[in-house]
Amino acid sequence: MADSGVVETLLQRIEKADDGVDSLNVAASLGVDHQVIVGAVKSLQALGDIISADLRSSKHWELTVEGSEIAEQGSHEARVFSSIPLEGLAQSELMVENIEDQVREKLLQVQKGNFSQLDEKEKNELKKRKLLSEVTVKSYWITKGSSFSTTITKQETELTPEMIATGSWKEKKFKPYNFEAMGVAPDCGHLHPLMKVRTQFRQIFLEMGFTEMPTNNFIESSFWNFDSLFQPQQHPARDQHDTFFLSDPALAHEFPQDYLERVKKVHSEGGFGSQGYKYDWKIEEAQKNILRTHTTAVSARMLYKLAQQKFTPVKYFSIDRVFRNETLDATHLAEFHQIEGVVADYGLTLGDLMGILHQFFTKLGITKLRFKPAYNPYTEPSMEVFSYHEGLKKWVEVGNSGVFRPEMLLPMGLPEDVSVIAWGLSLERPTMIKYGINNIRELVGHKVNLQMVYDGPICRLDS
Amino acid sequence: MPTVGIKRDLLFKALGRTYTDEEFDELCFEFGLELDEITSEKEIVSREQGDTKASDASDVILYKIDVPANRYDLLCLEGLVRGLQVFKNKLEAPRYRRISPVNGDPQKLIITKETAAVRPFAVAAVLRNITFTQERYDSFIELQEKLHQNICRKRSLVAIGTHDLDTISGPFTYTAKPPGDISFKPLNQTKEYTATELMSLYKTDSHLRHYLHIIEDKPVYPIIYDSNGIVLSMPPIINGDHSKITLQTKNVFIECTATDLTKAKIVLDMMVTMFSEYCSQPFTVEEAEVVYPDGKTCIYPELAYRKEKLSGEFINRKVGINESTEKIAQLLTRMCLLSRATGVGDEIEVEIPPTRSDVIHACDIMEDAAIAYGFNNITRTTPRAYTVANQFPLNKLTELLRQDLAAAGFTEALNFALCSEEDIADKLGKKISETRAAHISNPKTAEFQVARTTLLPGLLKTIAANRKMPLPLKLFEVSDVVLKDETKDVGARNSRRFCAVYYNKSPGFEVIHGLLDRTMQLLEVKSARGEGYHIQAADDSTFFPGRCAEIIVRGKTVGRLGVLHPDVINRFELTMPCSAMEIDIEPFLGHTAETLLTHDVPMQEVIKHKFPTPDESQQAPVSRPTSTKTVFGDVSTQVGLKALNDFLADKSYMEGFAASQADMTVFDAIPSPPSLTFCHLRRWYNHIKSFQRERARLPAAKRQFVLPAAPAASTNNASDDDDIDLFGSDDEAESAEAARVKERRLAEYAAKKSKKPALIAKSSILLDVKPWDDETDMAKLEECVRSVSMDGLLWGQSKLVPVGYGIKKLQIGCVVEDDKVGTDLLEEAITAFEDYVQSVDVAAFNKI
Repeated sequence: MADSGVVETLLQRIEKADDGVDSLNVAASLGVDHQVIVGAVKSLQALGDIISADLRSSKHWELTVEGSEIAEQGSHEARVFSSIPLEGLAQSELMVENIEDQVREKLLQVQKGNFSQLDEKEKNELKKRKLLSEVTVKSYWITKGSSFSTTITKQETELTPEMIATGSWKEKKFKPYNFEAMGVAPDCGHLHPLMKVRTQFRQIFLEMGFTEMPTNNFIESSFWNFDSLFQPQQHPARDQHDTFFLSDPALAHEFPQDYLERVKKVHSEGGFGSQGYKYDWKIEEAQKNILRTHTTAVSARMLYKLAQQKFTPVKYFSIDRVFRNETLDATHLAEFHQIEGVVADYGLTLGDLMGILHQFFTKLGITKLRFKPAYNPYTEPSMEVFSYHEGLKKWVEVGNSGVFRPEMLLPMGLPEDVSVIAWGLSLERPTMIKYGINNIRELVGHKVNLQMVYDGPICRLDS
Repeated sequence: MPTVGIKRDLLFKALGRTYTDEEFDELCFEFGLELDEITSEKEIVSREQGDTKASDASDVILYKIDVPANRYDLLCLEGLVRGLQVFKNKLEAPRYRRISPVNGDPQKLIITKETAAVRPFAVAAVLRNITFTQERYDSFIELQEKLHQNICRKRSLVAIGTHDLDTISGPFTYTAKPPGDISFKPLNQTKEYTATELMSLYKTDSHLRHYLHIIEDKPVYPIIYDSNGIVLSMPPIINGDHSKITLQTKNVFIECTATDLTKAKIVLDMMVTMFSEYCSQPFTVEEAEVVYPDGKTCIYPELAYRKEKLSGEFINRKVGINESTEKIAQLLTRMCLLSRATGVGDEIEVEIPPTRSDVIHACDIMEDAAIAYGFNNITRTTPRAYTVANQFPLNKLTELLRQDLAAAGFTEALNFALCSEEDIADKLGKKISETRAAHISNPKTAEFQVARTTLLPGLLKTIAANRKMPLPLKLFEVSDVVLKDETKDVGARNSRRFCAVYYNKSPGFEVIHGLLDRTMQLLEVKSARGEGYHIQAADDSTFFPGRCAEIIVRGKTVGRLGVLHPDVINRFELTMPCSAMEIDIEPFLGHTAETLLTHDVPMQEVIKHKFPTPDESQQAPVSRPTSTKTVFGDVSTQVGLKALNDFLADKSYMEGFAASQADMTVFDAIPSPPSLTFCHLRRWYNHIKSFQRERARLPAAKRQFVLPAAPAASTNNASDDDDIDLFGSDDEAESAEAARVKERRLAEYAAKKSKKPALIAKSSILLDVKPWDDETDMAKLEECVRSVSMDGLLWGQSKLVPVGYGIKKLQIGCVVEDDKVGTDLLEEAITAFEDYVQSVDVAAFNKI
């Protein structure tokens, strides 16, 4: 902001001049830097139509550093000449007695501002010698504006309580806002993107009438995680390479004994209409504690409990952590969240499973679905769910589903004509797609990018 | 999922037509396969070993096809083509036959008893007059490898050996010998090695070294000799060089040695069904005889065809389609399950060939019908079940709390449940032994040594990774930690925690304290001692001395807050002061009207289901202890404790299915908590300890357990615990007996009423029958009551309960069918015995 003295002087000048003033002239006559006048013009412009200023540009010539040195001390040639003592120079006869330092004089003319006295050729020559440079000067031609006044009222920046109380805001002029600038970020906390997506998935299940399962038990026995699901004890998923086993507490010590006997039997000998796997089932293997590899372990507990009551249809869901002792990469961590839905009722069909999956995925904004036969030890039929990805122009797998095997359900004691359909998917993958994250470590775990958390939008899965 | 690499042109030739990649992908999708990758050997070598090595490799197009893990019959070109051709109706599934040798006896494999110590099973077969080409030979070798990697579980369960029969002569002997006594020239080697030498030779073999561990530590190694002492193979490591098969081999002897006989049979069936195609008599396999150490002989391969019968309605109902029986039979036949409608109603007879070992239940057949029908042709329907959704209360609280914590200016972090021991102990200034951490036995890195016991380290690591962000950093997390807990069936449980940290140039204790106040406000806990919350100074090595307080809510410590110790800050590579709080939020769960779901399951079954094999309930009756001393000895001694421990090995309670005074009596007799060696006893002890508060109410708190059993049960065999245990069963045998009786009666009843649709509503009723006075003959009274008989009424146990002045009332249970027997009817019938009965009241009425 220019100091008010300059502003006032400028206004007085404008008042006196009939057709306006040039900012350069004003600066020259006031002996101030041109920029000071420019500042004053800008601040007057900001006040409204007090003045009108047209930008005009003019070219002029200025001396370079070397040029001003010559203007001051004479040209290099002249300086050589003057520094040679007369007696010391044999060739002195050959030299003219007097020199006229034309270069210096020309430069002095330019310095005085009389550059119009030099012709173009001379100026270009001096420019070539880097003694002159051409400068474009922008100045303002200032005239009175529609509401010209030599006295200026100070503009208010903000409305104050006093103004409202006294009503003085009516007389005040307010500085216009710059609507181009960003606002101040609110001082607030943020929810984690993955948890925001989890909230939406919970919401979808609740909308569909699904009850949430208590999945707050990360440590599970192999019995509930594998055996109860009719997953044989030699299954590769039960390898040290795939599953985290516990050294402390290493073993589970309590099982529903009658049920355990039936599980043992269906694995080793068959029964319930099954041939079984026909191998030597060992309790020691079932007792081994692990970090659960899927939330289906909890579904198994829930279905077993359901079988201990008079059967009523249920719809269950859960979204919680599961653990795999896998090789880690940009999309795989040792723990992730599994989303699972389970429906148990009399006479459910494969068509029902597809129908409910269609409803579920529609709520996620995915409508094009198709199903591929697949294999899973505890579901039969098993189906991989594919959706058509408009961006990739191909079908991509979005989840897994199936009908729980009778060898899993009947030993629990569920009625024979009850079917249980289920499906599952990971929470991380849709979240990474939703929020455009390529490295899972930026999303989950301590290496999270907090800026990403701060900047994250709300989560609407269907849009 | 196993992936099979197949040369595209060979595949198309065998399929009798060419496909575009898209068409073939589509066919795979429909059939349940996945065309994973289209590549060439050149591409693979170039990717794995660089371009220079790839220059000689073939650039024949390869299809990499993912095959379902249970379909061993699709692991080679031969099987895949057969499956697809039958599916496309271009081929009838071949019939595999086992034949005897044209002349002479079958090849014999004699198993000696030494093998029992290492690898007890073996099966064998012969492929006669087979013609190999390079492609067939490669496929033959490749199938063995695929089977080894999958069903054979990296040769640990089964190992396959194939031999040129013309180079060896039977009978063959499968035995086991100390490694030093074994010497032979192994496959593709030039000289003889002892087994010991071989084991060290193959230590560096990139392929074979993975199998050494299977027998390495055994005293004897399995070995197969021919009648001239020539080594066929040393399973599961390597075959002998002498009998190796070549392109010229005409007769192949296949042996599979195993630790799992079922799988060995499947593997042998797979090998011979796949490659008998190339025998002079296609799809025939010459049998071999295996002689077991006990002299028993078996003929292999089994090549068993199994017949199953199921109804068309079953398929239609399970899949959700409506197809004729004939059409369903056709669908199944296209899946290599030769089927026909028998003409008896909608019955279908399905023949399961030896190639389909994956079909073990009717549901597997149903799936094949659905695949042949086309999953994507099935009409999508909506299940009709009406259900009311409930949130898990702890998650509901968590969701609500998180919203308001973010509104309070804190940002949510999400950290791993697994971490290093250091994170939860050393770095926090604690000892790992002081934590109740669950330890992982097979972590691949230090990041996964334990399940976290606190959320704090995760938040501090999050700050360390985000030090570039503007201060202050205010973070929170609401999530589960894991703590060891002996009262749980798995010995550990989750605990839901809320942790928050404030990281700035000043410690900001007041900020964290303010957050605590806000949290308590949100949870409707007032600031007050006693019924509210307050904080009080505490010592904790994680915090700066004098800057730590315990958070006490309604008299219980729920967590801590304070300024972190500078050492802790340093160990997490932080530079600024930091305050933190962590609380357990489970104590803030309110009461809900809905039944809470937990993952604890009842350890004893309440409902006796009708299972096909009831023999598990025929255990020998366990005699009931009259006092702890007589049955278990003195439980203050180790001997007594051990006996008690053994007794509890398969029981949850001293008697019946719920805690009773019997448990309390024994509990009181045990002087101190039992040591860890008595794990069953300890489990029971800890469990019973948890009943101490309500011990007086124990029997009343019991679940009602209705057992319509032998009438005599009422005059209970006297016991210490004074018989308040009305409907508890007396012992295992009796309850089992009763269950059987009940089952039988119900079965008879069900048979009688079988025309009626299922689901009969029943109730269990407990009646109080009061006599006129103390002189009434109660036995007679009971007899009268029990003489009341109605359709749909079943009397249960009874007992006499004193009501005062020497008068006792009869409490008797019964089960009634709601439609047939009403309480009014019952009361009327009983009060009819007016000589004995003064009044009848319904003491309890429960729907079952």
